[in-house]
Amino acid sequence: MAQQIPMVDYLVLGDQPHLVANECTSCGARFFDRRNACASCGKRDFRKTPIATDGFVRSFTIVTFAAPGVPVPFVTAIVDCDGTSVRGNLVNVEPDPQQVTLGMKVRLTTTSLGTDDHGVEAIGYAFAPAA
Amino acid sequence: MASDDIWILGIYMTKFGKYPDLDQVDLAAEAALGALDDGGVTIHDMGVLAVGCLMSSNAGIGQQLQKQIGQTGIPVYNVANACATGATALRTAIMAIKAGECEMGLAVGVEKLAGAGLLGSGGQAKTTGNEWTPKGRLGAVAPIDGRIATEAMPGVFAQVGMEYGHKYGGTSFELFARISEKNHAHSTLNPLAAYQKRFTLDEIMGDMMIAYPNTRPMCSANCDGAAAAVVVTGAKLRTLSLEQQRRAVKVSASVLTSDPYQEACQILPDVNTLTRRAATQAYEQAGVGPDDLNLVELHDCFATAELVHYDNLMLCPEGGAVDFFQSGAPWRDGRLPVNVSGGLQSKGHPIAATGIANIWEICHHLRGEAGARQIEGAKVGLAHVIGLGSACGVHVLEKSGL
Repeated sequence: MAQQIPMVDYLVLGDQPHLVANECTSCGARFFDRRNACASCGKRDFRKTPIATDGFVRSFTIVTFAAPGVPVPFVTAIVDCDGTSVRGNLVNVEPDPQQVTLGMKVRLTTTSLGTDDHGVEAIGYAFAPAA
Repeated sequence: MASDDIWILGIYMTKFGKYPDLDQVDLAAEAALGALDDGGVTIHDMGVLAVGCLMSSNAGIGQQLQKQIGQTGIPVYNVANACATGATALRTAIMAIKAGECEMGLAVGVEKLAGAGLLGSGGQAKTTGNEWTPKGRLGAVAPIDGRIATEAMPGVFAQVGMEYGHKYGGTSFELFARISEKNHAHSTLNPLAAYQKRFTLDEIMGDMMIAYPNTRPMCSANCDGAAAAVVVTGAKLRTLSLEQQRRAVKVSASVLTSDPYQEACQILPDVNTLTRRAATQAYEQAGVGPDDLNLVELHDCFATAELVHYDNLMLCPEGGAVDFFQSGAPWRDGRLPVNVSGGLQSKGHPIAATGIANIWEICHHLRGEAGARQIEGAKVGLAHVIGLGSACGVHVLEKSGL
């Protein structure tokens, strides 16, 4: 099997792809990037914590005009994953405001960004409507 | 007037629009000299100069302005605070005065933004050599914009408005478009607005979609422009002419906040909490409440943003922004006119100028000098800006009692 690399380092690949956050051991605030001290409580200890892969759409937009090189249209959303907010594009849904609804249930999925000259495939994530 | 009150003595804004033959310093000079003339003072009376020009924030525009209108050796603060840069410049001058360092100061905001296009989008820095290489704080092998999220402002603020809809209900594409319809209609009375064209609701909804639900006329207009204000202590103002005292506008509150931690603020900028905090502090400082306001200029960088700020500035009960708008209140003939200048969507948004231009608008009404768009009998007004990142400036202004 070809080698894979996650598009961002908070995406964990494998049998059950999921996102991981740096969680403040004191107050539980979660961050997808590194922090020197917690932005919420100021304490300095963090642990890795997995993020729920099921959630619901708390907000979205359908981008139809973007910077050069960004393929449009695309649907992007703020997804509430069991209390942790995550940003991610929505896939397997038409980029049509009649098809995307606030509150709709979604589930994490992965997407391929393509393979580089060394045969390494970059894997991104998105959310798809959950049955 | 109490000795330690702060007053706006003179204020000026250039017409917003396209100035291909003028640079930032030319526009800043027009605004600065305009404000000094309006206040009946000169650069030699100023004890501090604060200048913002976000897109050239490392260029020392403040010192360049001095070379254009008068090098008096006073301290210059070049400030940058995203779209709150103008309000930050004004607050910087006010703080110097409040600290007792001087009696009068000049604040200037200027921007050249005509034709700037989409802001916020980092562009597509392709990985060189065809190899996936993790970069930056997220270890990303490709740009986030378009793959995980939208980083351009129209989509970010679209989500701000949609989130409000999710929380409280009642929003729709048409509702947001109607907010834009109001501001474009208001702009027809403002000769300094970049655009003075009234759009029908159908025209707004049928225009080019940028990021649902924001179509092009629902986005702030990139343009060139500058605005400047002269601030003075109450003690100094008492020594000036009666005419200067009569036209002076009291700064009843001047507040700047940043965003306190909230869950999700790293995901979608939280423009709500810091605005609500700034408004709360401003009402407390000024000793007035939302019901005392006669007009408001708020940061409608997108139609979706205006809605949430009705609520954040407490112009309506919590969750009541849709009802507030649908009651007709924020139209110029309504209970509490909002953005009678045309707002950022129509007057335009030359970033660093915006946070002083909105105060110019309020002052104009409080002085009874707003011409065809005068809100009759206006005594108290509020000006609000927000810069993503975030910074929020709120000023409450009151008519002189003279």
